Amino acid sequence: MKTETRSEQFHPPSVIGNILRKLHIDIPLFIGLLLISLLSFVILYSAGSQDMDVLMRQAARVGLAFLLMTILAHVNPYQFKRYSALLFGLGLLLLVAVLVLGQFGKGAQRWLDLGVFRFQPSEMIKITTPMMIAWYLAEHALPPKPKQLLIAGILIIIPTLLIAKQPDLGTSLLVASSGAGVLFFAGLSWRFMFAIGATLTGLTPILWHFMRSYQRDRVLTFLNPEADPLGRGYHIIQSKIAIGSGGIYGKGWLGSTQSELDFLPESSTDFIFAVFAEEFGLFGCVGLLALYFLIISRCLYIASQAQDTYSRLLAGSLAFTFFVYVFVNIGMVIGVLPVVGVPLPLISYGGTSIVTLLSGFGILMSIHTHKKFLPH
Amino acid sequence: MSRIYTVKNKLVESRLFLNRIIAAFIVILLLTSGLIVRLVYLQIVGHEHYATLAKDNSIKIEPLVPTRGIIYDRHGKVLADNTQSFSLELIPEQIIDLDDTLLRLQKLLDISDEKIDQFQKQRKRQKRFVSTPLLISMSDEEIAKFAVVRPYFPGVDIQARLVRHYPYTDLASHVIGYVGRINEAEMKSLPIAEYRGSSHVGKIGIENSYETELHGKTGYAEIETNVQGRAINTVNSVPPVPGENLYLTLDIDLQKTAYDALDTFNGAVVAIEIKTGGVLVFASRPGFDPNPFVVGISNDAYQALQSSDNQPLFNRALRGLYPLGSVLKPFIALAGLEYNAIGVEHRIFCPGYYQLPNVSHRYRDWKRGGHGSVNMTDAITQSCDVYFYSLALTLGIDRMHDFLQHFGFGEKSGIDLTGEKQGLLPSREWKRNRRNQAWYPGETLITGIGQGFLQITPIQLARATATLANKGKVVTPFLVKKSVNPDSTSPDIKKIQEDLELKPENINSIISAMVNVIHDPHGTAKIIGKDINYQIAGKTGTAQVFNIKQDAKYNENDINFKLRDHALFISFAPADDPKIAVAVIVENGGHGGSVAAPIAGKVIKQFLENNHEN
Repeated sequence: MKTETRSEQFHPPSVIGNILRKLHIDIPLFIGLLLISLLSFVILYSAGSQDMDVLMRQAARVGLAFLLMTILAHVNPYQFKRYSALLFGLGLLLLVAVLVLGQFGKGAQRWLDLGVFRFQPSEMIKITTPMMIAWYLAEHALPPKPKQLLIAGILIIIPTLLIAKQPDLGTSLLVASSGAGVLFFAGLSWRFMFAIGATLTGLTPILWHFMRSYQRDRVLTFLNPEADPLGRGYHIIQSKIAIGSGGIYGKGWLGSTQSELDFLPESSTDFIFAVFAEEFGLFGCVGLLALYFLIISRCLYIASQAQDTYSRLLAGSLAFTFFVYVFVNIGMVIGVLPVVGVPLPLISYGGTSIVTLLSGFGILMSIHTHKKFLPH
Repeated sequence: MSRIYTVKNKLVESRLFLNRIIAAFIVILLLTSGLIVRLVYLQIVGHEHYATLAKDNSIKIEPLVPTRGIIYDRHGKVLADNTQSFSLELIPEQIIDLDDTLLRLQKLLDISDEKIDQFQKQRKRQKRFVSTPLLISMSDEEIAKFAVVRPYFPGVDIQARLVRHYPYTDLASHVIGYVGRINEAEMKSLPIAEYRGSSHVGKIGIENSYETELHGKTGYAEIETNVQGRAINTVNSVPPVPGENLYLTLDIDLQKTAYDALDTFNGAVVAIEIKTGGVLVFASRPGFDPNPFVVGISNDAYQALQSSDNQPLFNRALRGLYPLGSVLKPFIALAGLEYNAIGVEHRIFCPGYYQLPNVSHRYRDWKRGGHGSVNMTDAITQSCDVYFYSLALTLGIDRMHDFLQHFGFGEKSGIDLTGEKQGLLPSREWKRNRRNQAWYPGETLITGIGQGFLQITPIQLARATATLANKGKVVTPFLVKKSVNPDSTSPDIKKIQEDLELKPENINSIISAMVNVIHDPHGTAKIIGKDINYQIAGKTGTAQVFNIKQDAKYNENDINFKLRDHALFISFAPADDPKIAVAVIVENGGHGGSVAAPIAGKVIKQFLENNHEN
């Protein structure tokens, strides 16, 4: 907790600091995000076969995402609250549209082609789901009563299932946890949470029944990667070798030699952590985790300082979801969780997740910088 | 609710929330520590183990690529096989000055800038230690030239690879198809494990539709290597399962006869073995040489193929959409008989044109002055348009549509090739839905002679002809007769799909009229009836590519060749016990009788002479 107190005392005397404050930018959070984005370029350069084109494209996306974050930071949190239900409804509608249009296309369909760019409604729903749940629960006294829990549960399950049907297991998991995060911060009783956990464990066989064969493969591979070294277990075996061979100090930047990793089409997306761990070793990994931890801590601090129920719940959930992102991705790459398609937040190559993540941070900054002064 | 209660409640909420923040903080701290513990386990405890695996005496998993199955024709002639080929490959990591090396190689072996560009593009997509080809299928001379100076080119080497080869080049290019380099989109959709190590995949034709069978199963070897990366021992290996050899129903000699007979025309010939549906000929002219596609066709050559007016890359037999013209008439006549709309002996007077009641427009017959009084047999033999205008009006579009649909017009034939076109069999409903217009009687008339909206592929036409020859038993055309592999069974062939249950006397009348087309002195295809000791049943067709103005005369030599009529011919033989059905479409060929029929005649003659033992 020491870090937060320090960051609160952080008063840059310069003009830049003033400008940032005027822009409703939270400086500690901004610095953390900037650091991790810069780190992302360093890793991408190595993982993406040292191709400058990859970097330029990513830089354009990151720039756009930072711009969007600044814009959202400027919006009064009251406006987010006001439009929560509307945005959530719109997101659901677009999800259904993608699913219907996907029927005519082939295979998995996740985006709507808007000509200029492709838009993934599932990304939007990652933010609008916690907004919706927070808005709904904030209307009532906390902790939520069984009826409210039921409704909130249904509101979470609808987008989760719609995305799982696309099929995109990783994103649906993130959406579910963003909603669950709100419930947790709203004071869902511990006993209830354990009961849900136990029920879900009981439901596993049923869930198994509904999974696509490639999703089942991933789970089976996770349980025993050696069974299929050339196929499904390949990712996990190779990423463990890469990470383990990195040792304490790593092989140095551009030093990743795990030739087999070359076969990983995901070496600059979902499995980028393996490249990082090989090049920067345990020191690098702990440093990266610390950086993530600092960002999350700052977010939790912002949540704790928020002044109304809606803002608290939303801020808490956004912080929590960011952690789930990190945990699921790294857990998958180091072989403690099954392979679900979740990128390493702010580092993996790819635009949509960065835009969504920084939008979330924009909302957090908005919550933190629009506080009214209330007498104690 | 009282104000105090609300405030108190807010305080309770705040405390609850703060507790949860702390709980979340602790959970996150614990889970992050968990990740670190695991990382410590991998990177400190397991470091030596994993470092060994990664470097030094490491076990590498090498994919063992299966040999692609060979494609044969029905008599065992090789249509696609694998030949040894040598390629010049570079490992960028081992080359100190890549640009200089490329420059020297370019000078030595006279390599085009385009190939250098291609190499650079591919190199950038791959890791620096992956061997990347610069030249594929090197000539003996090139190999010799390089072998002499090889020590001066570290990181450059000659590699032997198997390359797909198509001995018949353009003859059956559309049907066999070709393999090409796996592109990025395919990389995503193909099963990664199966294609680790494979560089090529079937792009079109049989190569594409039977990709799984032809490819085989990739095996792997766990190889122990020393510090230099040299293999010292194979620890464990699972051998690859070679791809299945495919035997087609296609007769490549018959295909050659059909392809050569098309001569300078563009067009398609499809022949089907009637009892089974096996496709004997599937010719689309012009074809193209698929071999350059295997090694990577140059941009210029590809552009030339793409932009050619004759569209050599276009599979006319599978995807060409054509109006049918008069070859539709036997089907319309049969519809008339089956619906009891007309009798075989019913006569209609043909003055050379037909008029709808109260409409001044004259629907012309191809024969100016008319055919006089004709019955059904005369109408088919001489291809009288007026008779069929009248019959079409009696039947109406709805009944025509329903009847023709049973013969597979306007629907995919179900042949085992990808990319088949559906065509269009117009109906009242189609016009309302698609064009938002009512159906006009005039459109019924021209549909009756195979013009108007109707658009059919050659394979559909051949299938419908086979169904006619089969007296109403519908067959599904197929190309692969059997695949040879102990583990797999040959594809499940449904020989006869459906029986239309036609009345024998009706179909027999149509067949005897179609025999007249070839063997009657008035027949439109009598030129192919000479000097044969069996009977052919057939029908000629001449389909308009554009509409001629009312009463305008035209001379086919004057108008642009591209606007000349398409020549069509359908036939089957022997008429009393049909074995082969042939459909011919000659683009801008002019008359069906003089241009299309002789092509079918040659195919039938060769088939019956070579297969009399069957």
